[in-house]
Amino acid sequence: MITDAPAIVTRRFPNKRAHTLKGYLASDGYVGLRKALSMSPEAVRDEVNKASLLGRGGAGFPAGRKWSMLRPAETTYLVINGDESEPATFKDHLLIERDPHQVIEGTVIAAYAIGARQAFIYCRGEFALGLERLTQAVNEAYRHGALGESIFGSKFSLDLVVHPGAGAYICGEETALLESLEGKRGFPRIKPPYFPAAIGLYGEPTAVNNIETVSNLPFIVERGGEAFAALGQGSSTGMRVFALSGRVERPGHYEIEMSKTTFRDLIYAESLGGGIRGGRALKAFIPGGVSAPWFREGELDLGLDQDAVGKAGSMLGSGSVVVFDDATCAVRCAWRITRFFHRESCGQCTPCREGAGWLEKILRRIEEGNGRESDLDLLMDACDNIAPGLSWPPQQTTICVLGPSIPSSIASGIRMFKDEFLVHIKDGGCPFEEHR
Amino acid sequence: MAHLSEENIARATAIIALYPKRRSALIPLCHLAQSQDGYLTEEAMEDIAGLCGVTPAEVRGTASFYDMLKTEPVGRYVVAVCTNIACMLSGAYELLEHAQGHLAVHVGETSADGMFTLEEAECLAGCDMAPCVQVNHRFFGPLGNEGFDQLVADLREGSHDADVPHHGVLSRIERRVGLVTKKARAKSTEDVEVSR
Repeated sequence: MITDAPAIVTRRFPNKRAHTLKGYLASDGYVGLRKALSMSPEAVRDEVNKASLLGRGGAGFPAGRKWSMLRPAETTYLVINGDESEPATFKDHLLIERDPHQVIEGTVIAAYAIGARQAFIYCRGEFALGLERLTQAVNEAYRHGALGESIFGSKFSLDLVVHPGAGAYICGEETALLESLEGKRGFPRIKPPYFPAAIGLYGEPTAVNNIETVSNLPFIVERGGEAFAALGQGSSTGMRVFALSGRVERPGHYEIEMSKTTFRDLIYAESLGGGIRGGRALKAFIPGGVSAPWFREGELDLGLDQDAVGKAGSMLGSGSVVVFDDATCAVRCAWRITRFFHRESCGQCTPCREGAGWLEKILRRIEEGNGRESDLDLLMDACDNIAPGLSWPPQQTTICVLGPSIPSSIASGIRMFKDEFLVHIKDGGCPFEEHR
Repeated sequence: MAHLSEENIARATAIIALYPKRRSALIPLCHLAQSQDGYLTEEAMEDIAGLCGVTPAEVRGTASFYDMLKTEPVGRYVVAVCTNIACMLSGAYELLEHAQGHLAVHVGETSADGMFTLEEAECLAGCDMAPCVQVNHRFFGPLGNEGFDQLVADLREGSHDADVPHHGVLSRIERRVGLVTKKARAKSTEDVEVSR
């Protein structure tokens, strides 16, 4: 069901000057922060807990609970994860470029709630325009009194640094991001400790929140957590920005009510995806970024709901839906996704570093017509070595979840389209005309 | 004598002052060096090492992890064609093939006139404009073959000079606020940080 709930974080997008302080202030900018500063930090945290705001980065961990795990200490850091790199995900990119002040306002609210005096926004390096707009917005926010000493005349002070990344998917993993922010290679840290809330940036307790997550905070504070929780259903509360791409008529970002709206709505509704490109048939779709197992027609009527998608054997992940039509080659898709993981593996753990490379080579030879009949078993065996049992959620043999994300597309492809893999092997090539 | 210009050393000092520990400025300073030279020179890495309190090898060791930091010269424009899943489904490989022909280079090479380096990129988060291309990290898309040729012609003519600076220049906006008190604090902790 497509509801008429108004957009929250993308509501200023139609205004092309929303990225300026003037444009932002003209549409209730910094109202939420002023209200937050009139409340106690505990009261702000209460509202976020009432909102049941799930993290929008990919893991979907409740933001309020993440904060409650912070180890009490003299110094607490807040780091905003804007290193958006999960293939087919482009919501944070837009939020940074088109409404940077909203990101800043949400960051200050989060910092106030957890008592951080220093915050960082780790912005993906490839977002040159985003970096310029964020930096400009920080300059403006300081002059406006929304950052720096005694924010809006309160006793709360915060410095905010916009930190550019330099091109590495793995830096979206929060411990790798912290390593990168410390000026090192983006190597995920060994767990435990599982959460930077215990040991984070420079060894201090650190909250790491996603761009879209904090962009929701001004609304939650201004209207109250209950108003947010009234949107959506069950544990999937609020609105969420879904990034739709692939073989649809209208790829783009759509901020829609969680849970109530279905994948069918998102892909087919005239006001959303507008159906499969050229009127073709749906073959499969990825429900939440390329780390997620694929779905088919049978799952189209599932709501965009974290728990429901989890129960169905995949994940809502980063909120990016990729559509394959009946002219799409499943082998080629699995190969391209595996190639990505191979290139982006940080190289610390053998199953991921070596496994991804082997898997890519095997998939490539199948696609190119040099596959062997034993290759399907070989693929599954190698996948099993990275994520034992190939269960969902996956088991892992690696420091971080990049490794166990690799089998998703391969196992999905073989499970759903085994015949297609076999045709590649028997006929010595790809049966699809377009080869893409 | 430092390789980085006096102006950039001053910028570097201001960037370092933003962080509780100066090694955190390492990647921003690599970007700064690239904005001066177009890529990360040996001499610049030595300067950065001195500024961040690490060895030149540690700077290289860190920089080599990241796709955007180039330790070899590149063209004035780095043209990155995304071929990841969303762009692939919209014809990115066909576009990349065309780009190689049009620029007369293979992926990873720089055109003879030093203008263009062609790269095959992973997802750039521009999937609503697939197939998308970044030139020095500025977005263009969706691009077909003709659109690509036009873009290249426009870049040659300089009609994108206002929005696409030479390779290495990332943010042209500098932070100009909240620096004084930070600087004082950074100084007081600097000695602790060096003894790593």
